[in-house]
Amino acid sequence: MAFLTTVISLSSISLLLSVLIILAEIRLNNYGDCTLDINDNDRVLTVKGGASLLATLSEQGIFIPSACGGKATCGLCKVRVIEGAGPLLPTEEPYLSEQERKEGYRLSCQVKVKQNLKLFIPEDLFNIRAYQTKITQIDQLTHDIKGLRLSLIEPESIRFKAGQYVQLYTRPYGNVKEKVFRAYSMASVPSDSKAIELIVRRVPEGICTTFVHEELKVGDTVQVSGPFGDFYLRGNANNLIFIAGGSGLAPIRSLILDIIEKDLPYQMTFFFGAVTRKDLYYLDYFEDLSNKHSRFHFVPALSSPAAEDSWSGETGLITDVVARHLDTDSDYEAYLCGSPGMINACLNVLNAKGITEDRIFYDKF
Amino acid sequence: MIMDIPAISPIMIFFASILTSNMILSNFLGMCSFISVSNEYKTASGLGKAVLVVMVLTMAINFAVYHAIILPLDLVYIQYIIFIIIIAATVQILEMAMDRFLPDLYIKLGIFLPLITVNCAILGITLFMVIRNYSFLQAILFAAGSGLGWWLAINALAAIREKMARNKLPRGLAGPGIAFIITGLMALAFVGFSGMFSVQ
Repeated sequence: MAFLTTVISLSSISLLLSVLIILAEIRLNNYGDCTLDINDNDRVLTVKGGASLLATLSEQGIFIPSACGGKATCGLCKVRVIEGAGPLLPTEEPYLSEQERKEGYRLSCQVKVKQNLKLFIPEDLFNIRAYQTKITQIDQLTHDIKGLRLSLIEPESIRFKAGQYVQLYTRPYGNVKEKVFRAYSMASVPSDSKAIELIVRRVPEGICTTFVHEELKVGDTVQVSGPFGDFYLRGNANNLIFIAGGSGLAPIRSLILDIIEKDLPYQMTFFFGAVTRKDLYYLDYFEDLSNKHSRFHFVPALSSPAAEDSWSGETGLITDVVARHLDTDSDYEAYLCGSPGMINACLNVLNAKGITEDRIFYDKF
Repeated sequence: MIMDIPAISPIMIFFASILTSNMILSNFLGMCSFISVSNEYKTASGLGKAVLVVMVLTMAINFAVYHAIILPLDLVYIQYIIFIIIIAATVQILEMAMDRFLPDLYIKLGIFLPLITVNCAILGITLFMVIRNYSFLQAILFAAGSGLGWWLAINALAAIREKMARNKLPRGLAGPGIAFIITGLMALAFVGFSGMFSVQ
């Protein structure tokens, strides 16, 4: 009998307390629906409050990198929260620098969604996907550069910022037994979201470029993933300079077309450098573009034109050409894409012209 | 087993439990968090406040449960279990309520609040209440006094530790070692209060 009393009373006390906790949980831990305003109204999600930001976002299909799974031990899940995150927690402190704290960075695994949040997530983080694509067009742009157009099969469309890149996966071919991937900038405009265009220059012995140049045929399916990269328009100056060499034209083309399409009020000058006439491509395309748009200027330059080129345009190293066209009074923002040699040489020239590092963005390959 | 309620004024119990029978400095209860969370004055003070609130709250609930359930049903032999699950549940609910209504304090206390569940001083005062057969008023003032005393002690220790944070110490003494020594010295100093009044 005493045994029974013990069991019953202990069980009922535990039960009562559990019910109380559950009630409290329902009553107190229910934060209702909260809206997450991501990247300045770019995406507005309505979510159920109460869980961590990391878990909430992943439920919405936005995967913030996290190695520890939300225990505040890896410090990878940093996200910039502008509003609604509450004060910084002691658990986050070891992972955030003074600068990051000032900018509002938080560990998303520690921030609880209790109210409407305003946050910034790098575009590429919630956009990265693997895409099945089909080659719909291959253009021989120069003797060693091909332009590819890939239409997206699954998913059907891609969101990216002009200037970003994707990774292209090869199939095993010839002596290459494994699947590799290489990064290529997208040359197409973001509004052309059902397809992407890549420009691939053949590199001697290059696994992926050889694959593209030798193996790929129209109608083939290939896998790409992306978008990646932070080479995109900042737009902090009125004059934009674009400098490209070889297949570095790709992201520049995307940026320029995007600006023209959106009718943004920038003066643009595009310096496109090559050795001889046969290395230049899209010449008519950009000349046509500069005739149609008064704010866009196209300056192709050859470093050593061949006699038969009958070249009347700019000659000389691209750095010299750039130096000739810039005046020191205007404010510039520069976007560079090309070989490391070209970029480093251009950085020197631009610095000499008074353009500071924070106004120069480049993609080296 | 019917005992008489001790004939001590609740006010006396209140002051005695702050000074002469301080939970830490004379009973040495709740030492784990006392030693480990006393590096910084601010957090120590936050923990002290949390202990105070939880002490009063759980004392009230445990008192009611003791007199309404444990004594009538003759469950004294499992009272420890009952008390501890009540403390755990109270802390849990309190935590949720604070998360909701006092996010600042909740964040400041951080992990200390759940840790209070296993703070011996919390269970200790309930058990003292049982042994000494306090009345409700005595029990509540005893809890409040004990909480304040605990707060006072951890504040004092944290202040001293913060003050001497940069002092050079023999290697073996740095950290908890010196904290125990300071606690001992503080306890000696508190003995001085015993002339004022004594309740046990």
